[in-house]
Amino acid sequence: MKVLTNILLLLLIAAVLAVWIVLPWYGVVALLVVFAAWMAFTRRGRQAASVTTVGISTLGQRLGSSAVIVIGIAGVVGVLVALLAMGDGYAETLRKTGSADTAIVMRGSSASEVMSVLDHDSVVLIPQAPGVARDAKDQPIASPEIVVAANLPLKGGSADDEGSVQLRGVSEQAWAVRPNVKIVEGRNFQPGMRELIVGKGAAREFAGLVPGHTIRLGNQQWTVVGVFSSGDAMDSEVWGDASVVADTYRRGSSRTSVMVRLTNAQAYDGFKAALEANPQLKIDVSTTLDYFSKQSEGMTKVIRVIGITVGLIMAIGAMFGALNTMFAAVAARAREIATLRAIGFPGLPVVVAVMLETMLLALIGGVLGGVLAWLLFNGYSASTLAAGTVGKLSFELKVSPELMWTGLKWALAIGFIGGLFPAMRAARLPVTTALREL
Amino acid sequence: MKYLHLIWAALFRRKARTILTLISIIAAFLLFGMLDAVRTSFNQAGQSANGAQRLQTGSRLSFIQTLPQSLEAQIAQVPGVKMVTYANWFGGAYQDPHNQVFSFAVEPNYIDLYPEIEVSAAERKAFDDTRTGILVGEALAKRFNWKVGDKIPLQSTIFPNHQGSKNWTFDVVGIMHSKDKKTSGFYDQLLLLHWKYFDETTPFNRGTVGWYVTRVADVNQADRVAKAIDAISANSDHETRTQTEQAATANWMKQLADIGLIVGSIMGAVFFTLLLLSGNTMMQAVRERTSELAVLKTIGFSNHAVLAIVLAESVLLLLIGGVIGLGLATLIIPVVSAGSGGMLNLPSVGANSWLLGVVLMIAIGLLVGTLPALRAMRLNIVDALAGR
Repeated sequence: MKVLTNILLLLLIAAVLAVWIVLPWYGVVALLVVFAAWMAFTRRGRQAASVTTVGISTLGQRLGSSAVIVIGIAGVVGVLVALLAMGDGYAETLRKTGSADTAIVMRGSSASEVMSVLDHDSVVLIPQAPGVARDAKDQPIASPEIVVAANLPLKGGSADDEGSVQLRGVSEQAWAVRPNVKIVEGRNFQPGMRELIVGKGAAREFAGLVPGHTIRLGNQQWTVVGVFSSGDAMDSEVWGDASVVADTYRRGSSRTSVMVRLTNAQAYDGFKAALEANPQLKIDVSTTLDYFSKQSEGMTKVIRVIGITVGLIMAIGAMFGALNTMFAAVAARAREIATLRAIGFPGLPVVVAVMLETMLLALIGGVLGGVLAWLLFNGYSASTLAAGTVGKLSFELKVSPELMWTGLKWALAIGFIGGLFPAMRAARLPVTTALREL
Repeated sequence: MKYLHLIWAALFRRKARTILTLISIIAAFLLFGMLDAVRTSFNQAGQSANGAQRLQTGSRLSFIQTLPQSLEAQIAQVPGVKMVTYANWFGGAYQDPHNQVFSFAVEPNYIDLYPEIEVSAAERKAFDDTRTGILVGEALAKRFNWKVGDKIPLQSTIFPNHQGSKNWTFDVVGIMHSKDKKTSGFYDQLLLLHWKYFDETTPFNRGTVGWYVTRVADVNQADRVAKAIDAISANSDHETRTQTEQAATANWMKQLADIGLIVGSIMGAVFFTLLLLSGNTMMQAVRERTSELAVLKTIGFSNHAVLAIVLAESVLLLLIGGVIGLGLATLIIPVVSAGSGGMLNLPSVGANSWLLGVVLMIAIGLLVGTLPALRAMRLNIVDALAGR
């Protein structure tokens, strides 16, 4: 009989967890309302409420062991939220780089910009396709660009400690294609000169990227003249004039990609069809939104899997910590609970009271962990070698409300399981033995 | 030692509580084992004895820039250089451009510089004799179900062939096995094709190479040789940068992620929680046993013996949980590596991780036990027996 109930209990837990994972916030609110109504308006509910009050008011005496639940769950939620924030920040940075009304054209079956080569004829042909927006002078807003990598000394390392940065040679139209890019310090480079402007993120990662400084690319000296900011992946790049960059890298008149601004997002299909129908071109077209989202897919998945694995293992640890604490709490209050049962309280209010107490502690832990993760890691900048780019991509961790919510759900789930078994024990406590126990 | 049964009995006085605490400790050390494996795999990348003998020479400008093939003869002239080879990044992908394969176009003597790669003599000869032949790593062959004798299509994400198509066809002539399974991560995933075939077939390469690999005669001379190699092309339009394989790999890993910091902060959070949790258990255990401890003292146990017994109990608790946890990690890691289909290749929990783990167990055990042990030591027999 006992085995059977335990199996039923495990099944119940699995079912509750499954529902809990998919439950949206309004579902939780509805649940809370129903529960509050039950507590306020039914006899059993009111009994449960009064037993809970007793339990919670004695929490102060069990500060040390209650702290185990709070801190344990805060640790789980903090680590989980921080790791997920890393994945989100990374994906968000790349996703923001693209939009539905700009398109990127590369040579066919190139996995990323740096692997693509477009010859001069293609570079001239592509901007003439239908659907490309035109500026005031009736010029197509299309920027043939060349993406290469450059080795630069890393900040805070020895002189020999070099990292790779993505160097993009751009045309004047690059600014019209990406209106979010703004010079925040110094000035823009002059066409035809060996001058560079550097993204904010790149300036943070690499040494010597300050306006006025000269840096060495191969055997050439380039002058940094400005810093730009875009709030996306471009922040990690260094820009120069496309023809001068192509010269340095011995690429002649070829480019790696053409970025175009479309008249609107609906023009994309026509643009793509026209380019693909042209027998002179062997190219792949995608919206920049698609392109950059795809680049982040693999890495985001890896970070998520790591975050959830680490979170799960920690959650198991915290759950058993909670079980331990609540079993001890139930044991300490065995006489009190038995007294309640003896004077006629049924099992349910006792179960609810123990569960509520655990979940309250879990909630405090969850909020604490979420707030800590937010304080410590929101906006924290990290960097990695991103897939599809050839330089360090710096991004900021983003602790969003959605993530905090995920963290809270985890906390409550841990609290639910951690409280359920001790609650069942409390309810099943044989009244006579418990009363006799000293 | 003679008190072991006493400590053991005390530990399992309340089975449920001890087991619940043990599971938390197991979880913590399981995580420690897995994360430490990740950290070690980052740190150990490229740190082999063979790797120390190899220098990598690439373009100073950036790693995607190519170098002239004529440098090979000049590098071979540098005193202290035993052997030199070169390779190009081929950028191969199988069936889908996102299914990328580590593929290098290499000079035939490339394998001679990598004694850790094993290829049977017959397969080696077949590779040398077949223009379109390729050697594939064991794990890679398994991943795509390739066998010797197969003709496989491979896309290059960078280089078209002379017909302008990016679909190349190769013959699998041999399988590369790695000698040491522990450091096999990379060679198992490798695909080698002939540089000559590659250069003749694509109109884009024109006799250039991606990087040179040099084997030095004496490891202690590596720095001098590296400088001498870089001096060859100083102030030309193809300046080079030469590093030992170790330094080059460490540099990439560092750019990939600051693994030490991430692992460190997670473990910090975990162990802080663990400290609190097992500390709480020990406190409860001692509080419950106040009268028993008093009895021990009454029958002649010294204060210090009681202190030692309680400390030993908490260290034992941590050791049992920790060893089970690390043991689990040792079992799980190969499963995870296998399950990821070669994407993740974690080394198993090594001797260093075990050592660090055991030190941590003892340290946490002592730390956690101190307060309850002091309390037990200072116990006044009369008060304790009277329940005051």
